[in-house]
Amino acid sequence: MNKKDLGLLILIIVVGAVVALINPRFLLPINIANTANLVGMFGISALGQAFVIITAGIELSVGSMIALVGVLFVDFIANQGIPWPVAVVLMLLLGVAIGLFHGLLITRLHMQPFIVTLCGLLFYRGIARFYTQDSTAGFAFGQSFPDLEFITAGRSWGIPNSFIAMLILAIIMWFVLHRSVFGRYLYAVGKNEEAARYSGIKTGMVIVAAYVICQVLTVISALYFAMYTRSISPGSHGNFYELYAIAAAVLGGFSLRGGEGSIIGALLGVVLLQELQNLVNLLGIPSSLNFAVMGGVILIGVLIDQQFDAYRERRRIADAARQQPAQPQGTPAE
Amino acid sequence: MTSAAAASAPAPAEPFLVLSGIRKAYPGVLALQGFSMSVAPGEVIGLVGENGAGKSTLMKILGGVIAPDAGTITIDGVEESALSVAASMRAGIAFVHQELNLFDNLDVAANVYIGREPRTGGLLNIVDTAKQRQMVAPFLKRLGASFGPATPVSRLSLAQQQMVEIAKALSMHARLVILDEPTSSLPLSETAKLLDVIAALKRDGISVIFISHRLHEIKAAADRVIVLRDGKLAGTLDKAEIEHDRMVKLMIGRDLKAHVSAPAQPPGKVAMRVSGVRTATYPGQTVDLELRSGEILGIAGLVGSGRTELARAMFGIDPIFGGSFELDGAPFQPSHASRAVERGLFLVPEDRKLAGLLLDLPITQNISLPDLPTHARNFMVSTASETRTAETQRRNLGIKAPQVSTKAANLSGGNQQKVVLGKWLAMSPKVMIFDEPTRGIDVGAKAEIYRLMRGLADAGVAVMMISSDMEEVIGVSDRIAVMHEGRISGTLDRDRFSEENVLQLAVGKPLQQEETAA
Repeated sequence: MNKKDLGLLILIIVVGAVVALINPRFLLPINIANTANLVGMFGISALGQAFVIITAGIELSVGSMIALVGVLFVDFIANQGIPWPVAVVLMLLLGVAIGLFHGLLITRLHMQPFIVTLCGLLFYRGIARFYTQDSTAGFAFGQSFPDLEFITAGRSWGIPNSFIAMLILAIIMWFVLHRSVFGRYLYAVGKNEEAARYSGIKTGMVIVAAYVICQVLTVISALYFAMYTRSISPGSHGNFYELYAIAAAVLGGFSLRGGEGSIIGALLGVVLLQELQNLVNLLGIPSSLNFAVMGGVILIGVLIDQQFDAYRERRRIADAARQQPAQPQGTPAE
Repeated sequence: MTSAAAASAPAPAEPFLVLSGIRKAYPGVLALQGFSMSVAPGEVIGLVGENGAGKSTLMKILGGVIAPDAGTITIDGVEESALSVAASMRAGIAFVHQELNLFDNLDVAANVYIGREPRTGGLLNIVDTAKQRQMVAPFLKRLGASFGPATPVSRLSLAQQQMVEIAKALSMHARLVILDEPTSSLPLSETAKLLDVIAALKRDGISVIFISHRLHEIKAAADRVIVLRDGKLAGTLDKAEIEHDRMVKLMIGRDLKAHVSAPAQPPGKVAMRVSGVRTATYPGQTVDLELRSGEILGIAGLVGSGRTELARAMFGIDPIFGGSFELDGAPFQPSHASRAVERGLFLVPEDRKLAGLLLDLPITQNISLPDLPTHARNFMVSTASETRTAETQRRNLGIKAPQVSTKAANLSGGNQQKVVLGKWLAMSPKVMIFDEPTRGIDVGAKAEIYRLMRGLADAGVAVMMISSDMEEVIGVSDRIAVMHEGRISGTLDRDRFSEENVLQLAVGKPLQQEETAA
């Protein structure tokens, strides 16, 4: 955990302590569990977004994909009689296909990620609405899938399974991003794609893989969201969720220019966002101010973070300047 | 602010600009020390020196971009310890940089008056285009320009664009125009035009500092030559004393051919063959080239002659449009740089900050990047293995850094270049291409890089070195291929190495003797 992540963690704890002091209901098990469930679902989609942002890209179609996967999945298992494990596999394959599609448009045809995924945002939302004729997809009365419901909406030892799923995925993704060869390539491509290419890295493949990972994780989170709400109105389900994911990543220290950020940072960003949502509810702040609170906190958070970086850089240079006379000539410019 | 007295005074007159005892140090490098010079109205001063001799530092001091650590700058009798950018402009010092700062979507007049456009006044107060063009016309006439103020800059040749920059300087009442390597990217015919412009400026009593590596142009244009070496004034030559050999001797402090490092053994078999290759920049030309193991093949030529494009094609960065490559006797299709890296063909690119390094990353990760799979177990990177390799390279190459975990951004140019080299040397190269390997590197580090290149060749690696530095090409290569507008215009063996021969081939003229190269 680096200093940035530590700062974010302290902020989360301080905000939590203040909220708990004002309204002790914040610490009730039911509140914590509900928040953990939301952290789990949003966290999974934020993990995916993180992989794309690392490459200096962006994935705007997340919310629409959550709606599309939601209506397809619910329809498949509730109306079409497809066994749910098969439906899950189909949805994951859909994620792979769409990730490949976005990635290849961006790398092979040199389209900008913003444009490709913005068109995705519009397109998948439209398909989702068309598929259900704009009506809500849901389960019939009494219809039940015990195993699926346990995995998605159930709890183990009082912990929501969505949160556990997020933790497992986060650990896997932590190894992938921070320890694996592929993770190194991701950072290299994000920091300087040209230099990565000149080092013989297949930069196109790395970027495509990032979009595929993002879409697969988005599909997983979409399944959790679908089973959490159990009724999906394709016009509004998942609206803005891509922005929550981007906001969480940015709060967690990711740079939209690429090459910067950590898994822990992204998760802490998700936790802080959900804590803020919870704070609005618990402190009796009008819920219409929900977005304003989020926007304000993200702006201030990123501002402080950057100013702190600039301060550290100035201090580093000042330190180096003070040491300079003591060093013999010919030492490198440190 | 042009003083009428200065303009009418015959050259050489009283100097209006005097630098004395200028010193400037950067961490680890003394860029200038005890440097003094003066500029009189209407004087054309040639400024020569190797890369890293302190020319750009001197220019930055004159432009007010940086302040000297010691020394004084006297303008019209007023002594200052440093100039600000505004003071430099007030004094009438104008720069024409190697990279021109023009907007090619605008016309000539708009470029000259950019940011200070004459307005029509009144309610709209829009730009008075007609007046702007009228104002520019006399400057163009003074420079002998063949184009008008309404010509779009995109339609002008490079030399004409330089004239626009000079016209801009005149419009700002310049008394001293500093031309920073203005001819390095000009074809020969255009160079003559630029020399005419310099003569026109001189007639008007405007002083010129002319920085160039083309010594015969300096000889043609300058009244006086100032030679910089390692941040010090190496010497001043008056008009009568300006001779090629004297300048070179002052620049490098020894005779040109004094330090040619000979190869340990004669070149071996052909390591790479380039046959009929066409690049996107010169689709009408084909390149044929043989690169033998154990030799250093210098690739000379003017900027824009297609040398970098050839290197990029060989390394798989750019696609080729015809022809083929052969590596180690087997066909080689570099559809991607990864193919080249697999086969042991590596490139040290021209722009090390953009293409060579990840500046934000530590030395270790820069060096391991192309070879990560060998540092990995079950797809997980072993930092211990990376660090070992980086330490080995740091020792072997003499990379000066506090730790191998130091960020590449915090190293000096020479040490950065060694990191780029280190990442390839850790992987046993067969063919190494160096594109301008010593650009922006100080003299000491340069010699080390030459030694490393020779060491590679002696170990049986085929080395190809693209260089615009004449001394480097002649001093380091075993054989020189010269490029001109996308083709190899000639190949020289060591007994025919000379600056004249290289230059002649570079401008596309065949040599007198019959070619006997293979």
